Amino acid sequence: MSDISISRLPITGMIGLRGDLSSLGKVVKAVTGCALPDQRMCTSADGHTLLWMSRDELLLTCNAEAAEAIASDLRSRLSGVFATVANISSARQVFELKGQGVESLLANVMPVDFARLDASEVRRTRMAQVPAAIWRHDGGWRLMCFRSVADYADGLLRAARPVGA
Amino acid sequence: MSRRLKSGGRLIDRTKPVEFTCDGKALRGYAGDTLASALLANGQRVMGRSFKYHRPRSVVGSGPEEPNALFGIGEGDRFEPNQRATLQEIWPGMTARSQNAWPSLGFDVGRVNDYGSRFLPAGFYYKTFIHPRPLWKHLFEPVIRKAAGLGSAPTVGDGDHYAHQYAFCDTLIVGGGIAGLLAAWTAAKAGERVMLVERGAHWGGRSPVDGATIDGQDAASWVKSTVEALEKMKNVTLMTRCEGSGVYDHGYVLCNQNLTDHIADKSGPRQRLWRVRAGRVVTATGAIERPISFAGNDVPGVMLASAVRDFVANHGVSPGERTVIVTNNDDAYRTAKVLLDAGLRVPAILDVRPNAASDIINEIKSLGVTVHTGRGIAKVHGDARVTGVSVCLQSGDGTVLQEIRCDCVAMSGGWSPVVHLWSHCGGKLWWDEARAMFRPDPDQPPRDGNAQGFVTAIGAASGALTVRQVLADVAETMDTDMPACEDVAEAPIKPVWIMPDGAGPALRAKMWLDYQNDVKVSDVRLAAQEGFESVEHAKRYTTLGMATDQGKLSNINGLAVLADRLDVTIPQVGTTTFRPPYTPITIGALAGEARGDIFQPLRKTPMHDWHEANGAFWEPVGQWRRPYCYPQGGESHADAVAREVKNTRQSLGMLDASTLGKLLVRGPDAGRFLDMLYTNMMSTLNVGRCRYGLMCDENGFLIDDGVVARIDDDTWLCHTTTGGADRIHGWMEDWLQCEWWDWKVHVVNLTEQLAQIAVVGPNARKVMEKLGGMDVKAETLPFMAWADGTLAGLSVRAYRISFSGELSYEIAVPAHQGPELWTALMEAGAEFGITPYGTEALHIMRAEKGFIMIGDETDGTVIPQDLGLDWAISKKKDDYLGKRGQQRDAFQKPGRWKLVGLETLDGSALEDGAYAVADGRNENGQGNVQGRVTSTYMSPTLGKGIAMGLVERGPDRMGEVIKFTRIGQAPQEARIVNAVFFDPEGEKSNV
Repeated sequence: MSDISISRLPITGMIGLRGDLSSLGKVVKAVTGCALPDQRMCTSADGHTLLWMSRDELLLTCNAEAAEAIASDLRSRLSGVFATVANISSARQVFELKGQGVESLLANVMPVDFARLDASEVRRTRMAQVPAAIWRHDGGWRLMCFRSVADYADGLLRAARPVGA
Repeated sequence: MSRRLKSGGRLIDRTKPVEFTCDGKALRGYAGDTLASALLANGQRVMGRSFKYHRPRSVVGSGPEEPNALFGIGEGDRFEPNQRATLQEIWPGMTARSQNAWPSLGFDVGRVNDYGSRFLPAGFYYKTFIHPRPLWKHLFEPVIRKAAGLGSAPTVGDGDHYAHQYAFCDTLIVGGGIAGLLAAWTAAKAGERVMLVERGAHWGGRSPVDGATIDGQDAASWVKSTVEALEKMKNVTLMTRCEGSGVYDHGYVLCNQNLTDHIADKSGPRQRLWRVRAGRVVTATGAIERPISFAGNDVPGVMLASAVRDFVANHGVSPGERTVIVTNNDDAYRTAKVLLDAGLRVPAILDVRPNAASDIINEIKSLGVTVHTGRGIAKVHGDARVTGVSVCLQSGDGTVLQEIRCDCVAMSGGWSPVVHLWSHCGGKLWWDEARAMFRPDPDQPPRDGNAQGFVTAIGAASGALTVRQVLADVAETMDTDMPACEDVAEAPIKPVWIMPDGAGPALRAKMWLDYQNDVKVSDVRLAAQEGFESVEHAKRYTTLGMATDQGKLSNINGLAVLADRLDVTIPQVGTTTFRPPYTPITIGALAGEARGDIFQPLRKTPMHDWHEANGAFWEPVGQWRRPYCYPQGGESHADAVAREVKNTRQSLGMLDASTLGKLLVRGPDAGRFLDMLYTNMMSTLNVGRCRYGLMCDENGFLIDDGVVARIDDDTWLCHTTTGGADRIHGWMEDWLQCEWWDWKVHVVNLTEQLAQIAVVGPNARKVMEKLGGMDVKAETLPFMAWADGTLAGLSVRAYRISFSGELSYEIAVPAHQGPELWTALMEAGAEFGITPYGTEALHIMRAEKGFIMIGDETDGTVIPQDLGLDWAISKKKDDYLGKRGQQRDAFQKPGRWKLVGLETLDGSALEDGAYAVADGRNENGQGNVQGRVTSTYMSPTLGKGIAMGLVERGPDRMGEVIKFTRIGQAPQEARIVNAVFFDPEGEKSNV
């Protein structure tokens, strides 16, 4: 076995934002310090990560307890703007993966070209039969999938092996 | 007799004997042997029985093209049938089992088919077993099925595990011969990310056997040094035992790597399926030698000339002591050279070309070998082994000129490039008359999304024949310098499709085209004669090329025979379609990790673990598992369901409704948007209120339903059915992104975010009040209203809605708090006997109330008006999705089947899906029908069977008794009644 560690993180604060990215970006920056990420990228500040999800959607990760307060703050700052802020902290399960060969392990089940993935790139993709997203974090990877398939995802990751292991 | 030679065999290690068994017999080979070479070394030439006639067969080829030498390999849960002996490397303890022979390979009773072969022509089954009709099902088919099929299917689950791996590269090269190696080196030097995969265990392809001098080195040394150089490069991935299996759109290529089939240690994954996305695919897949169609060309001992020299050179195995070579090209002379070098005898070379002359021919002649030009084989002698050949003029009718004693025949009908991977994704071929082969047409390659070719065929796979041609081709297509190599001039090939040209019916009936499926020249001619002129039709009629080898040896010869019979050219006949995979892949490799617990994603609600711990009997609902009921003690499911319904109706029940779709729709245009999506008005809904709504597709058919809540001026929350959550989310986004792109509406799918619990029954309010935190009185929270509040210390949203007809609250809470709320409700509800209920109780209670269920009362052909839901269709709106569709004439006809309730006269339940019988028969002789049951249950509340159904003019026929089908019994009578069986005034829910 390799030294890869796979852990299910406790609930992570997640706020979904939809709207014009530049207006969303300004408010999120003011509240969290995170700059607006470029297409497919993410930015981080003070324990927050802001992920580009689509051309009119961002996802902000934060402390779970603070999520509702941040969401309210964002909502009030965006009043009058066509934008939607939703606290979706319960919707997803986040995994942390670390160790030598994680990329190869993930490539068992994810069609991702890890060698050419930008350091701050978020890849929304497929993990075997479910949607998932990954990004680099603290020398390892963060992986998220929907809450209802967390056990399936866990089973997949534990069945996967890096090539050569 | 085949045997191991005293020396030679570049791939075997004579210091490492390997013990294995074949049909229970202990045998010994060497490390590096294939099963085929090891069996030949042990003097066993018969390696299989043919499919139809059970003729004894031996190995013909030395690679993936092998049609005859198929074995079942392994035991128990690692047994796999139809493994080619030419590819299967032996390992200590391996067990091989022969196939398609009973009682044994040596004596097979199925051989009677052969002696009666003239009664088993092409299409025999189609022609013979037609009448009398009933005999087909009860007699012919069972017998034929038993006799059919190659190998035996495994009887237990696959004990191995398989891995998948996604990979990306700029250039993927399939085939590690000299062409592939040179291409890899060229691409690698340019800094590209290169993957080079080789099907076999060794690099270099045919060149080490066939010989060449490249850059002053012999082929084997050049291969070795090139591989070593590539191995040092970080941008290159090299894999042996990895077959390029299929090429698909956008440079997607499947490569299947064998990891443990050749070793005794089976602990790791057996195979790894590489799912490669390549910028460019280079096929360097080589070529396959063609057999020649002469009478008796399937007798054990008749082999491809290249295979004969492969066994000698690679494995130090002699297929025979005296080998007659029959050829139409120069390449087969290499076999003579290899045989003579090994001290074996070549009594004659029969060369169909009248005046062939070249260096190699002269060289072989100078070694004392007799070359008969313009001659071919009239007939092979022998049954289970070759004993000799009769020689004739190729241009004649088969009159025997002389007989030559031999125990092996090496044949070469020329070479066919392996164009499979080129063709998988649409690459076209052209017929090269001079070389007598279909070659990839570089002007018509498989094209990518930008209409650019993404596959390049190089080397022998593109039609190059000599080493010099191969290297020149690679140099040109890959734009690199050509390594130095000598120029060997070869005399041109003379195409031969049957031998001799004037062979009559008797000879043609013994000329095999497709060994594995026993298709002969006579069969293809018969197919053409009977009108199966298209190559695709002739293929299916004769089964030519339809065996596990997919016609790798028979394809070209077969279509040439067809062309000859039709008197057209070969390119006019064309090839059949080349489809992936190149060779069969075990299903386990395709399934990869998807087995056992992770065969499919299983979606779990937040309360899943509680349900499981409390004995839920599960019902699959899409990928969700929902409790069907919670049996207690020894309770039957029906009893459990009845208890759940009764307790809920009389006191208090609770349902996990988390799987319902919950879509937040928000924005200045959200009201307008929902007015278009739902048949009724949602923009007029007051904040704080709920409304039931229907969604239709453009054709007017009902596709989903659910309760919509107005959250604030700009925000609605739409509940969908469980199955509709993702579908309706996609449907909304589709309209917003593609049609009404300028409408200001956002949709957020909150299905996974929220747990939802229905608290149902006369005591529902009491338990809510007991939990405390919010005002749930009828005046504050009336029927069809919602409110945010606190319950048991949790922030919740409670909807006063009911799918059961009872006083009912659906409480939404963030998913991770779902179990906490559920447990709190269970505890608080204990004094009321709170009963968790499952989907079946849910269904029964909604049916008692006459509520429809999408998928039961609808099937994609039902409009809301059919279900009496006219009240939910706004007359005021200019438009909504489906409005125009519902105005079509067919929907206005009075005879439409419409929703009614149904009650049997004796109180029993109707059968699910039963049809209402009508008088007369339709044009197909089937009984006419006038309706069908859509939902049927035994109602615990009413103590009788209740049903809903769609019946012709149903609502106009109240009280009428009609008959419904029962499987295996006489029809059952039922009365048409109102579909609302329970509490028609709705008094119970509105309290």
